Amino acid sequence: MSPVVEIRGLEVSYTDARARRVVLRGLHLVVTQGEFLALVGPNGSGKTTLLRAIAGTLPLDGGRVALFGTELDRWSRVALARRVAVLPQSLALPDGFRVAEIVEMGRAPHATRWFGSSGEDATAVERALADADALDLAERQADELSGGERQRVLVAMALAQEPELLLLDEPTLHLDIAHQAALLATVARLRARRGLTVIAVLHDLNLVAAHAPRVAVLGSGRVVSDGRPASVLRPDLVREIFGVVVDEAHTADGRRFLVPHISAVERIEPSLHPHSINR
Amino acid sequence: MRAGVAPRPIVRGPALTRAALVLGGGGAMLFVALIAGIGLGSVAIAPDDVLRVLGHRLLGIGATAGVGDSIETIVLDLRLPRVLGAMLVGAGLACAGTVFQAVLRNPLADPYIIGTAAGASLGATIGIVLPLLLPGLAIGAGSAWLGLGIVQGLAFVGGVGAVLLVLTIARSGGRLPSVTLLLTGYAVSSLLAAGVALLMVASGRALAAIFSWLMGSLAAVGWVDLVIAAPVVFGVFFLLLARWRTLNLLLLGDGPAAHLGLDVGREKLGLTLLATLVTSAAVAISGTIGFVGLVVPHLVRLAVGPDHRLLLPASAVFGASLLVTADLGARLAGGIPVGVVTAFVGAPFFLWLLRRSRRVSESLS
Repeated sequence: MSPVVEIRGLEVSYTDARARRVVLRGLHLVVTQGEFLALVGPNGSGKTTLLRAIAGTLPLDGGRVALFGTELDRWSRVALARRVAVLPQSLALPDGFRVAEIVEMGRAPHATRWFGSSGEDATAVERALADADALDLAERQADELSGGERQRVLVAMALAQEPELLLLDEPTLHLDIAHQAALLATVARLRARRGLTVIAVLHDLNLVAAHAPRVAVLGSGRVVSDGRPASVLRPDLVREIFGVVVDEAHTADGRRFLVPHISAVERIEPSLHPHSINR
Repeated sequence: MRAGVAPRPIVRGPALTRAALVLGGGGAMLFVALIAGIGLGSVAIAPDDVLRVLGHRLLGIGATAGVGDSIETIVLDLRLPRVLGAMLVGAGLACAGTVFQAVLRNPLADPYIIGTAAGASLGATIGIVLPLLLPGLAIGAGSAWLGLGIVQGLAFVGGVGAVLLVLTIARSGGRLPSVTLLLTGYAVSSLLAAGVALLMVASGRALAAIFSWLMGSLAAVGWVDLVIAAPVVFGVFFLLLARWRTLNLLLLGDGPAAHLGLDVGREKLGLTLLATLVTSAAVAISGTIGFVGLVVPHLVRLAVGPDHRLLLPASAVFGASLLVTADLGARLAGGIPVGVVTAFVGAPFFLWLLRRSRRVSESLS
C-alpha cells in the first residue's frame, strides 16, 4: 500500500508576542491508502494542529510532510483541495445560502464552468448530501440549522470535494447517537467503495474502539502509542495519558468498553513518559 | 433547467427568473433615473426631447429638429456627463462595498474602510492647497495633465497609496488576516485624516473648496473624467465578477476557503487592490460620497441573496440608479452636497430595513 500521508520529525509551534509554545515536537506518522486512523489525546495535545499541518494551512518549524508521495510545499492549494478535504472543528455558515449551495462550494476546486455548475458537480453534490444523511436538508436555509444538522452539511461539503484523503476534526460533535453511527458507517462505506483514507480526531474512546481499525494517541507533541484500539486503549495507558482511572467492561456479546472509574472525578496527574511507551 | 414535471434539481444556480426580474427592474430604474436626471433642473427638458437629443447625437437615429441648440448643449455638455458620472461612481462604490464586506467578512465594511477615503482626501486637499501655498509653481487649479486636474490625480494616487501602505503593514507571511487589515486601515486612516485636518486649518480661503470636496459632488464631472474613469469601473467590475466563486468561498472564512483550494492571502490581496482601484477612481471624480457603498450591497443582498454572481451586477445597477437619483435630489434642493442627500435618504431607509429584517444585521456576522 502506498503511503497517503508521510510525516517525519514534524515540529510546529505557535508564537505570540510573549512566548513560543511548541505543540508538535518530532512527530512521526505514516498513513496508507484506505486506512481509517483515529487521533486521540488530551485537550491541547496537538490533534487539530496535526490535521492543519497535514492540510497545509500551517507553517512548519521542522520536519517534513508528504502527501501522496509529494512534499507538501510542492502542492498548489487547488491541487491539494482536489484530493484532500477537511472538516473543521467549528464553522459558522454564512447567511442566505441554501444548504445545497453551501455543499456545492465543496465543488470549487473541481470547477470547470465559468459561471455555473456541471452535471458532474450536480451528481457529486447529491451523492454527498445522501452520504452525509443530509438530503432532507438540501432546500433549507443554511443559517437556520441546528448544530447537528450543520455538522451533517459540513460533512456533505467535504464529501462533495470527492477527496482521496478526508481529515475530520471531531466529526461527531453535536451529532446524536444515531447520526454518530451513521457518519462512521458512511466513512466505512466510502473506504470500501473507493479506498478513501480517513484521519479523524475523536474524543469518545468507545466510539474509536467500535469503529476505528487504528488509533494513534498524541501526547507531549508526539505519537505515544499507535495500533489497534484493543491494544492501545488499555486502562493503564488511558490513565497515563489522560490522568483518569477507567474501568474496562464487556458487553454480553463480548465487546469491550471503557467507563470512568467512580473515583475518576479526583483527577490524578498524568504520568506520561513518551519514551517509555513509544513503540 | 429541466422542464416538465421533473422535480426541481438540487443544484440549480441562482434563480434565473429572479435574476431577470432584479436586473431588469434595476435597468428600468436606471433608465428612468437617466431621463429624469437629464430632464429635471433649473431648465426643465421634456423626456421626449431628452430622448431625441440622446438618440440623435449618441446613436444617430432621428433628428433634433425643433429642439433648441441651448437645450442640446445643456443635455450633452452639462447634464449627461454629470448623470453618467453619478452612474459610474454609484456602480463603482457599490461593487467595492460588496467586495470589502466579503473580504473583511464585516457588515460594516464600506469602500473607504481601509484607508481609501482618508488617502484620497489628503491627496485632494494637498491638490487644493498646494497652488495657494506655492503660487510660483505652475500647478494652479487650472493646470491639467491630459485634461485631468491635479486634485483628481492626487486624490486617486492618495487613495491607492494609502491602501498599499495599509496592505504592506498588515501582511505577514503571505497572510492577510481580516482583523489586522481592519485595524491597520483604521490607524492609517486616522493618521491621514489628521493630516487633512492640519491642512484645513492652514488652508485659509481654500477651506470651502476642501470642505465641498470632502462632502462629495458630481457638479464638476466632465467628459474627460468619464473617459478615464469608465474603463476602470467597467474593467474592475468584470474582473470582480469573474471572481464570484472566490468571493462566495471567502464568506466561509479563511481556513475553510483555503481547504477548498483558495490561496486566501493572494486572493484577498487581489480583490482588495481591485476594489481600491475602482473606489479611488470614483472618489477622484466625485469626492468622498458616503453611504452608497455601505447600504447598497445590504439592500441588494436582501433582494437577491448573498451569491456574488447576482449580488455584484445587481449592486452595480442599483448603486448607479441610487446615486443618479440622489444627485438629482441634491441639484433640485439648490446644490447641496450629494453626500448629504445619500445620508439623509439612505440612513433612515437603512434603519427601517434593519428593524424590519433580522437578516441584514446578522448577515456576514
